[in-house]
Amino acid sequence: MAAMMIIKNGYVFDPLSGIEGDVKDIFIKDGKVVADLSGSEIKDAKIIDARGKTVMPGGVDSHSHVAGAKVNAGRLMRPEDHYKSVRPRTQLTHSGSGYTVPSVYKQGYDYAAMGYTTVFEAAMPPLEARHTHEEMRATPILDMGAYLVLGNNWFIMRYLKEGDIEKAAAYAAWMMRTHKAYGIKCVNPAGVENWGWGKNVRSLDEPNIHFGITSREMIEGLVKVNEMLGLPMSLHLHTNNLGHPGNWKITCDTLAIPSGIEPHNKAEVEWAQTKIDPRRKQSVYLAHAMFSAFGGTSWKDFESGVKGLVDYINKAEHVVVDNGSVPFGPATAMTGDGPAIHDLYQLTGQKWSNTDVEMECGAGVLPFTYLKGNPVHSIQWAMGLEVLLMINDPWKTIMTTDHPNGGVFTKYPLVISWLMSKAAREATFDECHKWARDRSSLGGTDREMSLSEIAVLTRANPARTIGMAYRKGHLGIGADGDVTVYSMDPSKIDTKDFAALVKAFARPEYTIKSGDIVARNGEIVAVPEGSRFYCQPHVDEDLEKDMLSDVKEWFKYYTLGFANYPVPDKYLRNPVPIEVNRPIEALVRR
Amino acid sequence: MAEIVLTPKGPVELTLEAEIINPGLFSGKAKGDIEKLLVWQGPAQLPLADFFDVDVRGAGTPENTVIIIQGDVPRVKHIGHGMKVGKIEIQGSSGMHTGAEMAGGSILVEKDSGSWSGMEMKGGLLQIKGNAGDHVGSAYRGSWKGMTGGKIEIGGNARSQLGGGLAGGEILVNGNVENFCGIRQGGGAIIIKGNAVRGLGAEMTVGTIAILGEVSQFTPGFVEAGAEANPKIGEHQIEGCFTKYSGDYAISKNPKGILYYREGI
Repeated sequence: MAAMMIIKNGYVFDPLSGIEGDVKDIFIKDGKVVADLSGSEIKDAKIIDARGKTVMPGGVDSHSHVAGAKVNAGRLMRPEDHYKSVRPRTQLTHSGSGYTVPSVYKQGYDYAAMGYTTVFEAAMPPLEARHTHEEMRATPILDMGAYLVLGNNWFIMRYLKEGDIEKAAAYAAWMMRTHKAYGIKCVNPAGVENWGWGKNVRSLDEPNIHFGITSREMIEGLVKVNEMLGLPMSLHLHTNNLGHPGNWKITCDTLAIPSGIEPHNKAEVEWAQTKIDPRRKQSVYLAHAMFSAFGGTSWKDFESGVKGLVDYINKAEHVVVDNGSVPFGPATAMTGDGPAIHDLYQLTGQKWSNTDVEMECGAGVLPFTYLKGNPVHSIQWAMGLEVLLMINDPWKTIMTTDHPNGGVFTKYPLVISWLMSKAAREATFDECHKWARDRSSLGGTDREMSLSEIAVLTRANPARTIGMAYRKGHLGIGADGDVTVYSMDPSKIDTKDFAALVKAFARPEYTIKSGDIVARNGEIVAVPEGSRFYCQPHVDEDLEKDMLSDVKEWFKYYTLGFANYPVPDKYLRNPVPIEVNRPIEALVRR
Repeated sequence: MAEIVLTPKGPVELTLEAEIINPGLFSGKAKGDIEKLLVWQGPAQLPLADFFDVDVRGAGTPENTVIIIQGDVPRVKHIGHGMKVGKIEIQGSSGMHTGAEMAGGSILVEKDSGSWSGMEMKGGLLQIKGNAGDHVGSAYRGSWKGMTGGKIEIGGNARSQLGGGLAGGEILVNGNVENFCGIRQGGGAIIIKGNAVRGLGAEMTVGTIAILGEVSQFTPGFVEAGAEANPKIGEHQIEGCFTKYSGDYAISKNPKGILYYREGI
């Protein structure tokens, strides 16, 4: 680690610190941002001249699929995705291959080369936690964590049906510690369990098979569990009826469920200095909103339903969304929503893979290509951008492609260009199917995002939403020394020259991770090992004992032994456990 | 016209990946520059001159540049991979991936050619006078779209999965094929003068296959759709009385694949 670094005279965009393009020096010491350096330290410091350049905190991706069984299933079933996208080894880096589902090394390098330093895997099935951690362990440079899939978990369904939310919370807490998970993911609640029987749920109030629990009860229960435990991030929610025309209505109804639940972050962390409150305000974090905002009633009268959804979100204070952009081109659909993948298979006839994860969840994988000539895909492109441009408050939005579902993360620069430039959107309208213009409101939006807003959507807000803003997503004193320097003069940006924007965002001049230059103009120059973040929520010991006796009793239904269930410590390199809800405020049994 | 003659210096042990053997790339280069072009051998990149004597005769545009390989190069892969213009003549056998993804120009192989030759070919002509390996003119593993244009002619036999995922262009085989010829075919035409083993046209939805010899195990998803004498397939009038089948109903409710099977004489 370079002990000291000064990034001099850049135009700094750091929304959490209230800095919007001021010319400023950033000082880093021992991997952390500091107020300044002493005279002798300055002499030893590595100086980066950022004059005339754009400086932002390192990019934070709060929703990507980069590690674990389904990602690897995608790699295995898609050799055709690999042979045209290869990266030769260098003295410093491993070789790698893959376009939509790159190998772990390539993922790490590609993110870092694009200025991102923190990436969270958005769906870790408990039984696949070891696999997920193994892949994260092998991913270079990036700081990572993973969200545990609990939306169709047998124990959660059972406890919530029994009305025993304390036990549900105790189970979730134990599961997060056991699997070293950072947050909770809920995918098509109640529906994926039905998929085990070839069925799904179509509304919020259908009791599912055997457990007799509804998705409404699951969502309400899991949000409550999340806030009882006081996890740093809110529930990450993938709604029911995902990918079905007309689903924007159920999405609005879904988001209304946790509207009265207050967010509580009880993580024991030291908060770096910020000007804006770095604590999350939301009690629900909606995943890939685009896929949950379909209008129409069928593929024939398909249209954007984003307006209906954003009308709700613009009035709600408890919601943050990531959009799930569709930048066109190859993708690999992969989700814990098995029935949604089956629907895609029926639509496309593509090869697909599907799995049932015992008592926990399921998943499906299917190759997909978004085409500019396709009317539905063109609307989806427009919808992804509508979500970000029509929600007025940027602090309610996060930019993603739900990699690799809507498209690959290496297309983020392209998405940024559409957000910053109406001319870029017009150019794509001209190339894609006319339904994009006719059946969405995107053409009527003149908004062009500023660099500050881009910094909110790609760093500050992803970090705040998942509770990582105590050290990520900003450059306040005490924050991690993760910095991206783009060769782009903010005073000279011409949004009509959107190709230049794409180029600048694709290959920052410097990506700095904990005070080390890791990428220079897209070339990887250092390969430090990132940290792995996870939560250790605590609950009352007697309650936990009670809960564990239930777990042990039902463990006979698992195909593995109880002792082999947890993820051993050695699976994590540089682990950062976060204590949450320690005994002093532990739950008291009613 | 430019003629570049490559003479193998001896047998190659570890296979070479030599997609740089491409008329478009050789065109306008002096002998010394061609000799310095790098080929992969395992993890190492080595100059072409380590494996071939290079002789350059005349000069010309890429279109009239001819590369002649004097001898057998069955362990040199990717010859003419992605080539767009010009001609390659291999006066012996060539290795795997010969002419893969080629978009134009022509390749002539005097003897045999390895598996994956003409893989995902887009245009041009690939002539193999001897036998060909597996997956000739097919899609890459995992991909469902194979050759989209151009023509492959095989003088001898081809092995399995010839024209897998064929989407356009045509393949002519004088001899026999083995298993799953034209699997998942979605366009184009395959004409086989000899026999096939099994899986002929399996999962095809569009396109044409004509077979003049015997099929050991006929693909079950095909149904008879009449008879035709001397059908014309592309530019080829083929002789004989053929039973016409459509399929493969195993994969589609309304398939438009046509399989001509010559009746016994």
